[in-house]
Amino acid sequence: MRRPLGTRAPLLAVRGAALAYLLAFVALPVAALAREGFRGGAAKFVAALASDQARAALGLTLKVALAMAAVNAVMGTWIAYVLVRRPFPGRAVVDALVDLPFAIPTLVTGVMLVALYGPQSTLGALAGASGLRLMYAPPGIVIALLFVTLPFVVRAVQPVLLELDVGQEEAALTLGASPWTAFRRVLLPPLVPAITSGTLLSFARALGEFGAIVVVSGNIPGRTLTAAVLVYGEIESGRPQVAAAVSTALLSFAFALIVTVDWLQRRARHAVL
Amino acid sequence: MPSSEATAAVRIGARPPLRPGAALGRVLLLLVPGAYLAALLLAPLFAVVRAAFAHGPLAFAAAVSSPLALHAFAMTALTTAVAVVLNTAFGLAIAWVLVRDDFRGRRLLSGLVDLPFAVSPVMIGLMAMLLFGTGGWLLPATRALHLRVLFGWPAMALATTFVSLPLVVRELVPVLEEAGIAEEEAARTLGASRWQTLRHVVLPTVRWGLLYGVVLTTARCLGEFGAVLLVSGAMPGQTETATLLVYRLLEERRDAEAHAVAVVLATASVALLAAMKLVESRRNREHAAEGAA
Repeated sequence: MRRPLGTRAPLLAVRGAALAYLLAFVALPVAALAREGFRGGAAKFVAALASDQARAALGLTLKVALAMAAVNAVMGTWIAYVLVRRPFPGRAVVDALVDLPFAIPTLVTGVMLVALYGPQSTLGALAGASGLRLMYAPPGIVIALLFVTLPFVVRAVQPVLLELDVGQEEAALTLGASPWTAFRRVLLPPLVPAITSGTLLSFARALGEFGAIVVVSGNIPGRTLTAAVLVYGEIESGRPQVAAAVSTALLSFAFALIVTVDWLQRRARHAVL
Repeated sequence: MPSSEATAAVRIGARPPLRPGAALGRVLLLLVPGAYLAALLLAPLFAVVRAAFAHGPLAFAAAVSSPLALHAFAMTALTTAVAVVLNTAFGLAIAWVLVRDDFRGRRLLSGLVDLPFAVSPVMIGLMAMLLFGTGGWLLPATRALHLRVLFGWPAMALATTFVSLPLVVRELVPVLEEAGIAEEEAARTLGASRWQTLRHVVLPTVRWGLLYGVVLTTARCLGEFGAVLLVSGAMPGQTETATLLVYRLLEERRDAEAHAVAVVLATASVALLAAMKLVESRRNREHAAEGAA
């Protein structure tokens, strides 16, 4: 590697500062968490995860995250397609709106959703009368997760779609393919890696979501209590070991997903070059 | 505006016959995502604004200007300021090291930067309690310094910093990668000091990316809730941020006031979103101008 001119001292200082900052701020806290999770050995770690309450919370978390991911994969791709390929008046505003969930505090997201779909609102009461409970029930958690993770799939698919040549799609249409066939056979295959990346990232994000869920879920143990909210409850009741064990498991899973996505994206980039 | 499909047909001169239901399909193509975004994003936003003003603008003003609310806004500003300053300075250093430096374990460093994305805010709160609480690794050090970290602003600022750590780095890394090392090396060869190189070459190159990252970090910090809830003790008038105030008001069934404070937060978010879009369009315009030159 090339060494720039001058002494190496400033370079080492910058490197040292960057390393020290990351170690102090990220590595050290995560190490403390893992240590607490495994306090009392692997058996206690497993026991914490296998308790009825933890199993129910982890199961619910995976279920709502899966439901969210399925809707997000379809709607995110759909929104990205319309934004890139179907120009309409006001597109710039809608495009900006997609980033709104990144800017809005997640707790405020929950407050907003309860204000509109909660049992005290007109819409919530209407849904309740027809037997569909939106807020303080699993569907509300899925809606909150959809809000929070909206940008992931859209923003993953959009740049890939922009790079794709319209020619192939037009050729398919000219040759008599229906728009749906053209989409499925021509447009969709090159988008699959981006859709997968975006969906996995949104899934990883959903595993730890707290602020939006704590307001909309009602937090009924065994029914609407997600893992992150369970962690909060365990800390408040002075059981940090259970909280740390559940956290360590969730964190490892989410981090593995993020590393996978990073790897997928790097592979996709190399394939293009 | 004609759809790309229509222009193609016109260009080639042979429009395929429209199938029955094609017009309906085209309407649905736009209508479904439109309705989805309206129901998911816009309608809830309007609902909370309406609820906040349900008792008139005076009640709204009273709710957001009470001494406790003003103190909560000040606490949010304080924790945000600390996190933004730390993460901007160190974010720049980390991004530069990730792109320009070369040493064993650099890839591991990149993974560490992404780690906070995988961590739930409540877990960050737990980590802070484990480090600074009874028996924590860092408790002796803070005791020696007579610093009360947990249940005070230091822990709140630290937790907020952790949450928003990757944002500036992730904005800067692609910008630095694209800019290349040539200009920095040229400046150094021509005798510029490292400090001059940073000020006159690196910072101007990354300024829009840096600004975007800073705005994004600010938005993330303003809204931090779970981590701060755990480490602050949430004492009204002392360690209560704006999001914590909203949560307490909801718990106390003072919905109207909670909605009012939530609307202030949402307004700040929308303003930051507008700033993000402004920075983005400026950056794109300059990019296009450079490409043309």
